[in-house]
Amino acid sequence: MEKETVIELRGITKRFGANIVANKNVSIDVKKGEILSILGENGCGKTTLMNMLAGIYYPDEGTILIRGEEVNIRSPKDAFNYNIGMIHQHFKLIDVFTAAQNIVIGTDDNGKYDIKSAKDRIREMSEKYGFHIDLDKKVYEMSVSEKQTVEIVKALYRGADVLILDEPTAVLTPQEIDRLFDVLRAMRKNGKSVIIITHKLNEVMEISDRVTVLRKGEHIKTVNTSETNEKELADMMVGQKVTLNIDRPMPENPELRLEVEGISLMGSEGHLILDNVSFSAYGGEILGIAGIAGTGQRELLESIAGLHHLQSGSVTYYNPKKDKPITFFHKTFKRVMELAQSGMLRYADGTDFTGKDEKGKPLSKKTICNQVEAGEVFFKEDEVINLREKTPLQIRELGVRFSFVPEDRLGMGLVGDMDITDNMMLRSYRRGKSVFVDRKTPEDLANEIIDSLQVVTPGVHTPVRRLSGGNIQKVLVGREIAAGPRVLMAAYPVRGLDINSSYTIYNLLTSQKKNGVAVIFVGEDLDVLLSLCDRIMVLAGGKVMGTVDARKAKKEEIGLMMMGTALKDKEKQEGESL
Amino acid sequence: MTIFFVSAISIATVLLYGCIGEIITEKAGHLNLGIPGIMCMGTAGGCLGVSLYMGALSSPENASLILLFLISLLFSTVFAAALGGIYALLTVTLRCNQNITGLAITIFGGGATNFIMSFVDRTNFDPAGKLISSSLPFADKLGGFGKVVFGHGIYVYLAIAVAVVCSLVLNKTRVGLHLRAVGESPATADAAGINVVLYKYMAIIIGSGIAGIGGFYYIMDYIKGSWENAATIEAFGWLAIALVIFVLWKPNVAILGAFLFGACYIVAFVIPNITSTQREIIKMLPYVITIVVLVITSIRNKRENQPPASLGLNYFREER
Repeated sequence: MEKETVIELRGITKRFGANIVANKNVSIDVKKGEILSILGENGCGKTTLMNMLAGIYYPDEGTILIRGEEVNIRSPKDAFNYNIGMIHQHFKLIDVFTAAQNIVIGTDDNGKYDIKSAKDRIREMSEKYGFHIDLDKKVYEMSVSEKQTVEIVKALYRGADVLILDEPTAVLTPQEIDRLFDVLRAMRKNGKSVIIITHKLNEVMEISDRVTVLRKGEHIKTVNTSETNEKELADMMVGQKVTLNIDRPMPENPELRLEVEGISLMGSEGHLILDNVSFSAYGGEILGIAGIAGTGQRELLESIAGLHHLQSGSVTYYNPKKDKPITFFHKTFKRVMELAQSGMLRYADGTDFTGKDEKGKPLSKKTICNQVEAGEVFFKEDEVINLREKTPLQIRELGVRFSFVPEDRLGMGLVGDMDITDNMMLRSYRRGKSVFVDRKTPEDLANEIIDSLQVVTPGVHTPVRRLSGGNIQKVLVGREIAAGPRVLMAAYPVRGLDINSSYTIYNLLTSQKKNGVAVIFVGEDLDVLLSLCDRIMVLAGGKVMGTVDARKAKKEEIGLMMMGTALKDKEKQEGESL
Repeated sequence: MTIFFVSAISIATVLLYGCIGEIITEKAGHLNLGIPGIMCMGTAGGCLGVSLYMGALSSPENASLILLFLISLLFSTVFAAALGGIYALLTVTLRCNQNITGLAITIFGGGATNFIMSFVDRTNFDPAGKLISSSLPFADKLGGFGKVVFGHGIYVYLAIAVAVVCSLVLNKTRVGLHLRAVGESPATADAAGINVVLYKYMAIIIGSGIAGIGGFYYIMDYIKGSWENAATIEAFGWLAIALVIFVLWKPNVAILGAFLFGACYIVAFVIPNITSTQREIIKMLPYVITIVVLVITSIRNKRENQPPASLGLNYFREER
């Protein structure tokens, strides 16, 4: 028996700005009493598409039909009037209100405000669908799962027949997911339609009747869940491998530069964002980090940079100093004395430098400074620096040359209202002895970056906020590279950039790699990762799923790992199936 | 002693009007620092009304309390609400910074009031003030108690009624629920189909109207129509804003809080044989108490006692 079609999207196109196409000619339909999964990688336009049903965005092209009638959904209120309710990833609830108050707000029960009868109606509904909800509990006392329940009840209370859930399981425990799925099944039984936006293959297989796969804003295929399998879906999601024309030399004598061992990081809501992550980065290679957005990549880089308090594990930096004279360029006198006491230093003739003369009497500060500045004191071994529990400033004072290109360019990387020179100074303001900062050197640097990276700007004194995304990124990457890093970490450095700017950034990263820098590149486009990096580490749910050789790895293999299938398990599976 | 209570209640009434007006405004998410100026404006409006009414009479003795009350109420609320409307236009529609707009409104309101009062005919203010502050007829027969409870003008009882009604509306009605939702999270309220802009405008304008009565009450009832300048009323306006924090945005608590603030203010004048230094220290008490309350609530960190979550933030739907 063919089910009735509730919603039909025909040829929907949505653009943001001139260059970014979020959805391109997408046509899908939703039937009564079914659970439809919308599956796709990050940024493939799943949420954008659904936001057009919920009245948040308005499509540029195409039509939406509800029960065969063409409609215009211009606001969330319109969406409610067409009985569409959407539960966003970020809940829209008022913290100081009770569950019941949150549910009834904005509704108009014939003008009367009767929370008692409203509660009765909610209870009735809860029994029908199997909700567990305490109506008098304040939202701020609730767990994430309870808040989600309130959102679902709120949508149903307004008579939603179509419920859209955006990544509903991202923040739930396995038990809570089971309970949510029971509720969704009860809703399907009662003739409601449910759309789940997700990128978790196992959940798609478990709950949905049909799956729609989107890739890069385009509708790839809609299939019945019973007629497909996880591998086929993963293939559809990631698509065919596209080889990009990026110059990728083999790494030359890679040296261990950074070692991360078993670090765990607790999120504010009490779940592990990073779970026992270990990896090594080598000078002269690019290590790619792949994974679904929000699976801990950002936090991993921030942890290394000293921005988080770690639960466990260690971060070790190997400073390539063997047989090199120590300088005051990055070291303070205090640090030199620490190194001397831990037996890290020697004189040119091989005898230990301990800060004392032959008789064991401490040398004066002046003598030591003179000896260091004359280049008479050498490192015995590569300097090993433990970075855990160090602030970014302490890390810099230890002489660790890190550069970090954060995901949030204007939030963490640059100050939008300051000009290019001032932004350069953010890295150099501590230099020099005068009370006045040196503006000349940063301005020269700014001009140099503008020339060499072809930054399009009216001048060095234009606030960076007014530059385009690509030029902002060039300024940021340029500044970080100019600092002469030994480890360069870049999170989504080409996000929102056009092809030419992207290639500029790729070439910059590659040239850093040739200079012996350990580059860590967090990316979202698998084709780029596979063409640019030497090795790729895959994260899923804060855990390392495995590290593969980017020259040999298959795209589907990485795709499956990103969905949470660990490398070894997968190989075992294949072995069994063969 | 009776004098102390009667005076404290009078000062409390001034503060209560300002406080209730500010609570309503803040519940919609707008921190209106223009309240002192708006209270001045209410004074100017009310006095203008009184002057016009008294001037139209053949003799001051013919004045009717009911008419005088209604006319002064209308004029003071309309003038204050008009200035509140300007604040609303600037902050809600044009999304100007609320603090700066509020301070501008305060400075403007004080100046405009001094200007209006300079040409208002104040000849009949003395009998009008006496009439408006006339107590209930049986108050004198009940001794000290009667004087404290019933010995006030009609505006005192109106203030208490306004506070009670405001408390009921905020906590027991759909309008109150929606208003609080707007102040907590306008985006959520908007998505739920509440007309955020309308609620904000109404809250600011009604709140300003109520606050305006406070200034008029002070001039006409408490000091019986004598006028120097707007500075005293402005001082009460700032005290009223402090009172909002002290009573944790609860209109019913504001009745007691206002009395406490009024008592602190007046005690400095009734204690005999104190130096002016000591008097000024006592007059600082309300502000000290407010700071202490802020410290305590912030340490206890109970969510219900926090200001509305989006207080001071302007809402723009397209900003996502």
